[in-house]
Amino acid sequence: MKEYWQEIRALMMRWVRRLSREKFSMLFTLVQPMLFWLIFFGNLFQRAADTQVTQAPNYISFLAAGVVVMTVLNNGLAGGVDLLFDKENGFLERLMSTPIHRSSVILSRFIFVMTITSMQVLVILGVAFLFGVQPATGLLGIATILLIGMMFGVGLTAISMAMAFSVKSHGDFFSVLGFLSLPMIFLSSALVPLTAMPGWMSFLARFNPMTWAIDAVRPLILSGWSEALPHVGMVVVVLLVFDALCLYGGTKAFRRAMG
Amino acid sequence: MDRTIAISVSHLCKTYDSHKAVDDLSFHVYAGEVFGLLGPNGAGKSTTLRTLITLLHPTSGTATVLGHDTVREADMVRTMIGYVPQERAIDRFLTGREHLELLGALYHLTKMEATKRIAELLKLVELEAHADRPAKTYSGGMKRKLDLACGLLPDPKILFLDEPTLGLDVQSRLRIWEYVRMLKARGMTVVMTTNYLDEADQLCDRLAIIDGGKIKTLGAPAELKIALGGDIVSLTIKETARIIALAAAVRGQPAIRTVNATATGLDIRVESAEKAIPAILDAANRLDCRLEFIDYHRPRLDDVFIAHTGRRIQDEVSNGNVE
Repeated sequence: MKEYWQEIRALMMRWVRRLSREKFSMLFTLVQPMLFWLIFFGNLFQRAADTQVTQAPNYISFLAAGVVVMTVLNNGLAGGVDLLFDKENGFLERLMSTPIHRSSVILSRFIFVMTITSMQVLVILGVAFLFGVQPATGLLGIATILLIGMMFGVGLTAISMAMAFSVKSHGDFFSVLGFLSLPMIFLSSALVPLTAMPGWMSFLARFNPMTWAIDAVRPLILSGWSEALPHVGMVVVVLLVFDALCLYGGTKAFRRAMG
Repeated sequence: MDRTIAISVSHLCKTYDSHKAVDDLSFHVYAGEVFGLLGPNGAGKSTTLRTLITLLHPTSGTATVLGHDTVREADMVRTMIGYVPQERAIDRFLTGREHLELLGALYHLTKMEATKRIAELLKLVELEAHADRPAKTYSGGMKRKLDLACGLLPDPKILFLDEPTLGLDVQSRLRIWEYVRMLKARGMTVVMTTNYLDEADQLCDRLAIIDGGKIKTLGAPAELKIALGGDIVSLTIKETARIIALAAAVRGQPAIRTVNATATGLDIRVESAEKAIPAILDAANRLDCRLEFIDYHRPRLDDVFIAHTGRRIQDEVSNGNVE
């Protein structure tokens, strides 16, 4: 157990160092979601969006939940990228030829991605606060939002890692990634409530785990516990199933890639 | 001579879909020797190496490293070996020291053990002055030295090198050779893959020539050359169109063993050059085939390679074929 922790800590340290030495990349990773979506998109649609439709005091407060979950989505789907590069340049082989627990590399990556994502979510909620969005459920609500984010993020990171271990080239990886992320956002309740979508889109959006996550995070920010709790209960069940499926697939891909 | 066996490979096969990357390989590596796997790209060298370091499971057959099975006792094997992958297996954002610290933790060294060991290794590969610079500022040779230090960090009983000097400049290459010799002098067992004949000839105590997933021949470089017997007569022919005709005319003459057509002429293995050369010149005259250059020499490792695989090691590289 002590050895296990020594391995994971050392591998996590590596991810932290990599990020801290890519200053620009770090800045853009952290700033992009709030800059593009919350500040620009949120303010842009402030008057164009109908508060009768969004059922929120203003569009930014409606959008905040969507941006939180979008951040989880993007970080999760990109979570396997570093492992992809490690696989391609042989670093992963070097790690795997050492007497470590086979799961250490992956676990270190999960912990790292979840930590970064949680920090970003907190920053986004902070920026939203500056625009007058005050989470209705307080600190406990924020903790719940982080929990939902992490549960969703685990499954997404598993998908990303499974892809990293399975693809033939990193070109494939990034095209699939690009293909997945925008439709996931548009076919969810991130930008528009389901009730305001064309029928076929809202139908598809119902199968998107992202919709479930957003529908739980949004009342936590806008309404309060009484309205949020049933959604939170629901999303925990949905995400448990989602995570189980993704982890199962991820483990299979990892086993196959590791001989 | 009774020697300790460090690695034992028995009927090893590795199949990808329907392609046999390694086909019924059996050999031993003795403790304390430098053992080479020589062959063109795609011959099965790396597959064999990756099986020995527990990263691949064989389709059939077994491999044991210091008496431990590479599949069932993989963890045990991993604690006793060091691995130097092909170049670029380096995190460009980490410094040299951080690479070694990471591996120190993965081999479960204590902080004190690691610090001491890292200082020794940095000194050994002469990277002390650059230890705290990110690896992206390193030259190819420096990266290779760091690779080597990483492989040596666990103080392994056996060191595995995958194409240790691929793409290096001459200086760095000779430096790596020196390190390998030094490690051998310290009693370490070294297993390496290479597709450089001179490297195999210079460094390896014994080597296996691998082609198409099979061992074509195995032995000490000197033995392999002697076993070939006789001399090699090499002809360079001006009109390359006549190579085939001349080959046919020479074949079967007394004192001639085998005839091999090359891109520019013929490589002819003969009993003795004195007897064979007149016959060869005679045949060339009869065919009115002008010889640009003629040379004869004792068998070299490339002749051994041609004799056992039927082609030059670089042919395939230049044709870009992948088996």
